[in-house]
Amino acid sequence: MSEPRVGVYVCHCGHNIASAVDVEHVAEWAYKLPFVTIARDNKFMCASTGQEQIEQDVKEHDLTHVVVASCSPHMHEKTFRNACARCGMNPYLFEMANIREHASWVHPNDRDGATNKAKALVSAAVHRVIHHQPLEPMQVNIRPETLVVGGGIAGIQAALEIADAGHHVYMVEREPSIGGHMAMFDKTFPTLDCSACILTPKMFDVGSHPHITLLTYSEVEQVDGYVGNFSVRVRKKARRVDEDLCTGCGSCWEKCPIKVLDTVFEAGLGYRKAIYRPFPQAVPKYPVIDTENCTYYKTGKCRMCEKVCQTNAIRFDAEDEILNIEVGNIVLATGYKLFDCRRIPQYGYGRLENVFTSLEFERLTNAAGPTDGKVVLRDGETVPETVAIIHCVGSRDKHYNSHCSAICCMSSLKFAHLVKEKTGAKVYNFYIDMRPISKGYEEFYHRLLHEGTTFIRGKVSEITDAAHSPEEEGKLVVICEDTLVGKQRRVPVDMVLLAAGLEPRADSSEVGHLFGVSCGDTGFFIERHPKLDPVATMTEGVFIAGACQGAKDIPDSVAQGAAAAARILSTISKGQVILEPIRASIDESRCSGCRICNNMCPYNAIDFVEDLAVSRVNPALCKGCGTCVAACPSQIITGAHFTFDQLMAEIDGIMVDVTADDPFAVEAV
Amino acid sequence: MTQKPKLALYWASSCGGCEIAVLGLHEKILDVAAAFDIVFWPCVMDFKYADVEAMEDGEIDVCFFNGAIRNDENAHLAHLLRRKSKVLVAFGACAFGGSMPGLANFYDRDTMFNWIYMDSPTTINPDKVLPQKRYDTPEGELVLPGFWNTVKTLAQVVPVDYFLPGCPPEAQSIEAAVTAIVAGELPPPGSVIGSDVTVCDECKRTKTEKKIKRFYRPQEIIPDPDICLLEQGLFCAGIGTRSGCGAKCPAVGMGCRGCYGPNEGVLDHGAKILTGIASAIDAETAEEVEIILDTLPDPAGYFYRFHLPDSLLRRKARKNGKKQMDGGPQ
Repeated sequence: MSEPRVGVYVCHCGHNIASAVDVEHVAEWAYKLPFVTIARDNKFMCASTGQEQIEQDVKEHDLTHVVVASCSPHMHEKTFRNACARCGMNPYLFEMANIREHASWVHPNDRDGATNKAKALVSAAVHRVIHHQPLEPMQVNIRPETLVVGGGIAGIQAALEIADAGHHVYMVEREPSIGGHMAMFDKTFPTLDCSACILTPKMFDVGSHPHITLLTYSEVEQVDGYVGNFSVRVRKKARRVDEDLCTGCGSCWEKCPIKVLDTVFEAGLGYRKAIYRPFPQAVPKYPVIDTENCTYYKTGKCRMCEKVCQTNAIRFDAEDEILNIEVGNIVLATGYKLFDCRRIPQYGYGRLENVFTSLEFERLTNAAGPTDGKVVLRDGETVPETVAIIHCVGSRDKHYNSHCSAICCMSSLKFAHLVKEKTGAKVYNFYIDMRPISKGYEEFYHRLLHEGTTFIRGKVSEITDAAHSPEEEGKLVVICEDTLVGKQRRVPVDMVLLAAGLEPRADSSEVGHLFGVSCGDTGFFIERHPKLDPVATMTEGVFIAGACQGAKDIPDSVAQGAAAAARILSTISKGQVILEPIRASIDESRCSGCRICNNMCPYNAIDFVEDLAVSRVNPALCKGCGTCVAACPSQIITGAHFTFDQLMAEIDGIMVDVTADDPFAVEAV
Repeated sequence: MTQKPKLALYWASSCGGCEIAVLGLHEKILDVAAAFDIVFWPCVMDFKYADVEAMEDGEIDVCFFNGAIRNDENAHLAHLLRRKSKVLVAFGACAFGGSMPGLANFYDRDTMFNWIYMDSPTTINPDKVLPQKRYDTPEGELVLPGFWNTVKTLAQVVPVDYFLPGCPPEAQSIEAAVTAIVAGELPPPGSVIGSDVTVCDECKRTKTEKKIKRFYRPQEIIPDPDICLLEQGLFCAGIGTRSGCGAKCPAVGMGCRGCYGPNEGVLDHGAKILTGIASAIDAETAEEVEIILDTLPDPAGYFYRFHLPDSLLRRKARKNGKKQMDGGPQ
């Protein structure tokens, strides 16, 4: 093979790089590097002129490899690879040196230092690129079926968009009914339209859609495969009610003698039976037997539901079913968990009986809730005369969650309105900052100001029932510093509502691991790019939507559900997806079968072939992360584009003494 | 009669096990004696250095050199035998990677001398006498080889043609090397004579996915006879060590020590075993990792038992912020 001929292009990036790096000098210096045929500087390499320069030089100077020293590969690696590909070069014979984020931006006041660092980075890239090998991307077919995990509003939206386009959707929901948190609410802000009225038609559509297979009371247990071809194992927990026979008439739960406190749907304020349907509009309509509380499973007796069932649909001996489904894409819409207000003991939740959480209030004020929509104290009858609503409970607080939960300002305003409307009580809202940022929200805030709600700016330090004066006797006293007035306040009230924050699901990291999605430091799933790719993840074919990605309200959740669906529909209509060729491969002739790599792979891409006693990488599953390459104690796993030779050459290159008169007395290769 | 090829064997800084290993060829040693003219083998025959010095350069056809380079005498013989030999073989783990003598490289000469000749509890040395290179006696001056600050491998001192791994090399490895030499079918110079897979390949134990919750020392448990020792928490370097030994240690319940050195193409033996073992640790948190690693005593010794001098590691620590001497012979 003839000698490599490397072209080096050093970008000014306007002033972004040139202000701290002597770009012309770096280019001149780079010309002395081994195998460099041409080295140029350019104002904007990413502009069409810069790209055309590469194309022209490749043709005129017969370049075999190209190095661009500019910004992060995240930004423009694709741009320059494409430029190389346009002139017939394999795009993987290109290498990028990041002299913006890694040199000029981090050393803005050290021109010599930044220039030397840029030289070292260029040297590393040149040393490395001559070891690059041409690589070919892989195409895989996309199955048109989609799995949607989670039946809240985000998942419902995604499922309906895809199913309406004529493609099949499997929806897996952990609870006996879809609907999620939205089904528990009474009114939605800022329009105050009825939550159930806008949600239940969509739930019904999901339940009856010819292209949706609804798997409620089910959980995903295992995910194998890769974009376009996932195999998913779903455990459909036994309802113990035959769905083919049940009509949802309700005789069974009416006659069931066992009352159970409903901590899920009724937030602990109401009761359900041991055989139950979570709420009247539940989809599907079939009840489920709660075997922990059902008398039959304790004593073997009762069987009341079985006796009253007209269609003989009760199946006490039913067992969980395992379903294996094949899908091309996955949407995770697993929602959120409400902050546990007991974690802030000074707010008294769980100890002071008339301190309520936001979800409890949603049920109190819901016409279908345990009090038929009457806002009353925990005794079930007393109507409060004064109510305090505390914002930011468990949010924006470094002791609990540093993030803003995004919905609490508006739901607190909604609560203030509903309390006033239903009880005429005096309402105090204790807030840190008001953040009604979306469409129509600020207007709703002004409406509340005019309705006479009192807003006190300050973080509540304590809620207590220890009275300091006769008017505080028998009341809950909210203590806070009013930061607008600059004084300490003690406000006696009858009822306190805590606007609890939104947290990731308790099992989000396990669920994330199952689907190959990482959680950020707040525990919410990480999107591929926070601005430009908010519903995709680092695992191709797995998308996220709704509050599992971060705290958000209903309109944003719906938008993300639809966005995920649009992304999936585009891959389905294309029929194929192109996978990066950067992935690991095992030299099976030298694999000793020690199996160290087997459980290292975060994408489950490594299988052990028992009869040959070797491990094997599934190329479609591998993301090229390199974990197994580093782990392999035999050093027989190679990461394409990150080979041992390439990395060692890169290190040799970066170690070149860039200040020496003749650094290339050191041999290059 | 055609002249038989001339063979030399020498031991430098080593335990003598390599010499025993050659004798361990049993009756095959007669074949060696038949095939070669043994011109230098101080361990078993009476030769003097002067005999070697008197030879022509390149007169010896093959020299099996075992032991690390610890002192001036080792180095002198390494240079001498290099000059006199056509083919120089680094024989055994010490010559190849420095091995046990090389573990001294975690310390420097002064630290060792202070401990060995002064501070260790069993030493009485009121005059603080340390080894001297020269000493005058009434009979004349005595000269001792100088003790180096750093143990070197043979290849770090002179060019080496072939490496024969093992502590000691197993009979079948020696046989293979001898056969290849006799037949003139040697791999390219600089090669390791051996396989390019690891001990796991020869080990008969059943391997599953590895999840180590704690390490045990061999005396602490009786291992299951059929399951991978590493999976049972016994340190085993077999995952990252060249095969060729027949996996004899794991077969009898003792984890591989790593004496056959790194697999073909590996830069740093200890680092490779370390990444492998670390990958098998089953911990959720950093604290749990610490707790598990605390059950593995002397990790540096475990990972670098045979290849510290030719690893990327240097001294153990810097004292008072001052880099300790890392020089060669002094």
